[in-house]
Amino acid sequence: MIIDGSESSLKKFLSELPPVDQVGAEARASMLATRSIKTTSKAWAIDMAISMVDLTTLEGADSAGKVKALCAKAVRPDPTDLTVPSVGAICVYNDMVKIARTELNSIGGSEVAVAAVATAFPSGRASLNVKKLDTQDAIDAGANEIDMVIDRGAFLSGHLGEVFDQIKIIKELCGNKAHLKVILETGELVTYDNVRKASYLAMLAGADFIKTSTGKVAPAATAPVVLVMLEAVRDYFTLTGTRIGVKPAGGIRTTKDAIKQLVLVNETAGPEWLKPSLFRIGASALLNDLLMQRMKLRTGHYASANYVTMD
Amino acid sequence: MSRLDINKTYKLFIAGAFPRSESGRVYEIKGANKKFIANPAMASRKDLRDSVVAAKAAQSGWANATAFNRGQILYRIAEIMQGRSEQFVDEICALEGVSNKAAKIQVAEAIDTWVWYSGWCDKLSSVTGSLNQVSGPFYNFTTPEPLGVVAIFAESKPSLLGVVRTLAPVLAGGNTAVLIASESYPLPAITLSEALATSDIPGGVVNILTGKTAELAPWVASHMEIDGVDVAGLSKKQEEELKLVGADNLKRVFRFAPTNNPERILSFMEQKTVWHPIGL
Repeated sequence: MIIDGSESSLKKFLSELPPVDQVGAEARASMLATRSIKTTSKAWAIDMAISMVDLTTLEGADSAGKVKALCAKAVRPDPTDLTVPSVGAICVYNDMVKIARTELNSIGGSEVAVAAVATAFPSGRASLNVKKLDTQDAIDAGANEIDMVIDRGAFLSGHLGEVFDQIKIIKELCGNKAHLKVILETGELVTYDNVRKASYLAMLAGADFIKTSTGKVAPAATAPVVLVMLEAVRDYFTLTGTRIGVKPAGGIRTTKDAIKQLVLVNETAGPEWLKPSLFRIGASALLNDLLMQRMKLRTGHYASANYVTMD
Repeated sequence: MSRLDINKTYKLFIAGAFPRSESGRVYEIKGANKKFIANPAMASRKDLRDSVVAAKAAQSGWANATAFNRGQILYRIAEIMQGRSEQFVDEICALEGVSNKAAKIQVAEAIDTWVWYSGWCDKLSSVTGSLNQVSGPFYNFTTPEPLGVVAIFAESKPSLLGVVRTLAPVLAGGNTAVLIASESYPLPAITLSEALATSDIPGGVVNILTGKTAELAPWVASHMEIDGVDVAGLSKKQEEELKLVGADNLKRVFRFAPTNNPERILSFMEQKTVWHPIGL
């Protein structure tokens, strides 16, 4: 073990992490964004990105009908082209989990995971009891993945042990029934150093995935933040031999954005991370753009939004 | 000491901004006297794609603006052009080699064209729509609605009027436009884009590309997001090729007589019929 479980050893470990070179991280991220990915590589990247999408709907206006429509889209993103892969998961609120799981199973999408946002998403402002119940409820309803938010208030006030314990408790609830994704909400963490610290904190506490944002706060998944997190999972692998996944969410709307993310993964964490079990993209509008770009590659002419579903 | 000429290298007009061509290319245009005039940008198919994305994004906002508001904005374009009329006259003289008097007439006609179509905006649905008689307890009425994104190949001569009389009717109906300027006479279209940028027209409603018509035409033809094409500046052969490929998404392809006519507006619109129960 890197730490012995006490708050002081956790604080000591996190305070000894090297600081992030802000200018360097931003320059490297923007340099990698200029890579040009064409033809067969682009086709591969588009299919890979589709299979990594966590198709998300997290609105107050969500209904059973909307979730079912999204399930259909998740299993068969383009009904006119059966070679399009299914997406990685559906990401919904707690009360929609059962509806999504049942629907997916009944339309042949049992391999598509259902991710539930739990622990008082998006603010995380609820008592630990409520967070535990929220999580247990989602798991009982059939969620395969739990997207929990950390208590940013506690993190920023320096109560690192509290944040650590909460993640640990939720991880115990998940057990081997559900994967745990920990949302850092990097838009509220202010500095890259904090992003690095929070990443390590989440990984040490047992996260299977670290996720950038809830999508409710801007800025969300900016390239330098994803870079810092990818460096963290790479270094954590060297340290412990365990591969932790990364999920950028929020603000990734175009195929170009998605491909830039894949380049970041390949160049930072390495090609081992280029699979849906270790990299996911939280998005909703992105899928349509990926499908349109795929049509462009297949037919040779520019596609129209009239030929993909509105959601 | 004589002063050096400041030769302009023009840019494109996409989404209300003036970007260089993604390809970085420019080409030379010469005047009627074979002397160098300027370097316009040579748009690539990716610039076309970006323009269509911008036009599509701007379309619902433009179509949902009140017809009265659209009319006011078109009138405002006429006002701005009036203020810059001398520049238009100079450019027409240099490019087409016509007399100052003929150029002035063309500019005046172009400005009047904006005014003419601006008047049509809020009259169109009353003049061409209808309240239909049906044998049931329903109101049944028909009104014209815009198609969406329309591509325009502007004719080369008259260089300014050719642009305005194709563009104005497309905008009047609530469509957004991607205009491909004449390859050899692009200057008035570029200067018009500068006028448009200072008028009240929302970014993306008009996008103006300069470059090789033959290079861009096949991409316009096959682009699924383009709903209509005015082929004024294409040859008969190019028009046939465009119709063939454009059939994939049922593009409306038109070539009009060189006059102002409400038919130009209506060609890029569809008649929508609505049934509404009486008493609600």
